[in-house]
Amino acid sequence: MSSPSDAPGDTRSRPAGVIHDLGYRPYGGPRLGEGPVAWSLFVTGLRHTYGLGRSGRSKVLPMLLLGLMLLPALILVGVLVQARNLLGLDDQIVAYSTYPLTTQLLISVFVAAQAPALISRDLRFRTITLYLARPMRRAVYVLVRLASLTVATFVLVASPLLLMYVGGVLADLPLVRETGRFLGGLVGAALLAACLAGLAALVSALTIRRGLAVTAVIVVLLVSYTVVSTIQGIALDSGHETVGEVAGLFSPYTLVNGVQVFLFDSPEATPTPPTTDPMGVVYVVACLVIVLGSIGGLLARYRRVSP
Amino acid sequence: MGVIETEGLTKTYPRVTALDHLDVSVGEGVTGLVGANGAGKSTLIKILLGLVRATSGTARVFGHDVATEGGTIRSLVGYMPEHDCLPADVSASDLVVHMGQMSGLPYPAARERASDVLRHVGLAEERYRPMGGYSTGMKQRAKLAQALVHDPRLVLLDEPTNGLDPTSRDDMLALVRRIGSEFGIAVLVTSHLLGELERVSDHVVVLDGGRLLRSSATSEFLHATGSLLVEVHGRPDADRVLGQALVEAGLVARPAEGGMIEVEVRDETTPDVVRDLTVALGLGLVRLQERHHRIEDVFREGGAGSVQPV
Repeated sequence: MSSPSDAPGDTRSRPAGVIHDLGYRPYGGPRLGEGPVAWSLFVTGLRHTYGLGRSGRSKVLPMLLLGLMLLPALILVGVLVQARNLLGLDDQIVAYSTYPLTTQLLISVFVAAQAPALISRDLRFRTITLYLARPMRRAVYVLVRLASLTVATFVLVASPLLLMYVGGVLADLPLVRETGRFLGGLVGAALLAACLAGLAALVSALTIRRGLAVTAVIVVLLVSYTVVSTIQGIALDSGHETVGEVAGLFSPYTLVNGVQVFLFDSPEATPTPPTTDPMGVVYVVACLVIVLGSIGGLLARYRRVSP
Repeated sequence: MGVIETEGLTKTYPRVTALDHLDVSVGEGVTGLVGANGAGKSTLIKILLGLVRATSGTARVFGHDVATEGGTIRSLVGYMPEHDCLPADVSASDLVVHMGQMSGLPYPAARERASDVLRHVGLAEERYRPMGGYSTGMKQRAKLAQALVHDPRLVLLDEPTNGLDPTSRDDMLALVRRIGSEFGIAVLVTSHLLGELERVSDHVVVLDGGRLLRSSATSEFLHATGSLLVEVHGRPDADRVLGQALVEAGLVARPAEGGMIEVEVRDETTPDVVRDLTVALGLGLVRLQERHHRIEDVFREGGAGSVQPV
């Protein structure tokens, strides 16, 4: 409290106000259209996902996770650059497509923590009303929110890959081959980000309470991955590879890795990647179903939101 | 062209009729929208914003049809919802800037406008604190600021005095008055407290059960009803003694609230008769005033809900 007039319910500090009071000034400047408004909502959402423009406390978790994501990549690059000749390395130590699977816990925690911050928050505080009372259409709002979350997740998944790529180039790995693999890795990262963000946004939009939303997203992502990789391990050991391949459809991580194996011949990171072309196609279709399904689900959910 | 025009506007929900063939016309200045809870005030506002679709009938805001030009209307209108809508972890300053951008203002303009309107609504240093710690009065001001940031031509204020203590309520009402007169922005303000709207409104629309009960200038609501309020003292039963004397003198008199007597005015000599009788009875005349018809009386005559549309 800087002055007594700050006390709640007190009248406004008249004396200070009068001196500087220029009266009400109407706004005669430009008004932007739907595109720039949507862009500004997108950028704000993206910044908020990393805690920028929010309280200091909300920066801690996303920045910590980003740091933890980059740390292994940094160590791998260090080893690659320093000891390439010593160890006789001709390849990335961990493939681009494998990296998101090894760090899936961090990615899941990030999505689970930030999706509710972006999606549930507007519903819980009913700030959604303020958005709906502005020119932007409902569907645009939903798509922009989802885009912010997807890009934020993509940044988290792709930045260590970029670090590894730069390190690989510095370590004189074959440039063309490395660039191709890196671009494949980026497509995989984009697909993974879209799947994770779509699922997490849908779950967050259905659960208004933040704690519940965080838990629900964690359960959906971590439990599905644990169950799927367990089934795949058992399937491989008992010789029922097809069972493992089908199981791989049910976790975004194994699914996207399978798509990368199928489309880009990336090294497999799961025990039972899709081995046949039809199964590969099923993987790609499943990926699209997750992304488009969650967009459709979100749009349907927001149609029922009353202003 | 009126600011708001509705014709036969009807909204029915599965179990309740929120609006029933409403014909309302709202002009510039401050218009009070009065009605008990559930009278259809909030529904009307949501239809005007193009957020809720009317079952039948039409509504126009600045000549734009709410059913087809919702986006255009929402760029011209500011809305202050009745319920809480402020994120707890954001400062009022950040929210108002962001909402200005959402209405199409470029960032520098949004910042300048936000700073202006926050000053007008009276949020000082606290505008930089997260809104989770705000008092109700501060929250209402922040909500009002976000409705004004894009310099709308009309603001729809849904129960802006809700939950405020008497001082904050007076402040808020004064602010509403200023928006309508000084800022030159048309205002539609709702309240279920009838008395407070007659102080700030140029025009009052009374809704009851989704129907239009009355729509007229505030001055007409306050017209003299042709009776006098008389207050006397001198004896414990002074009012009864004078009342009896007035009736015997051929006037119509009845007890009014607060130990006063209401006397119907027969002609211009009535006040003189009251004065002379008071003196003759040896009583002291404390008050002799024209009785004004207050907005409450629209409801009181026959009780809310049973009054037919005018």
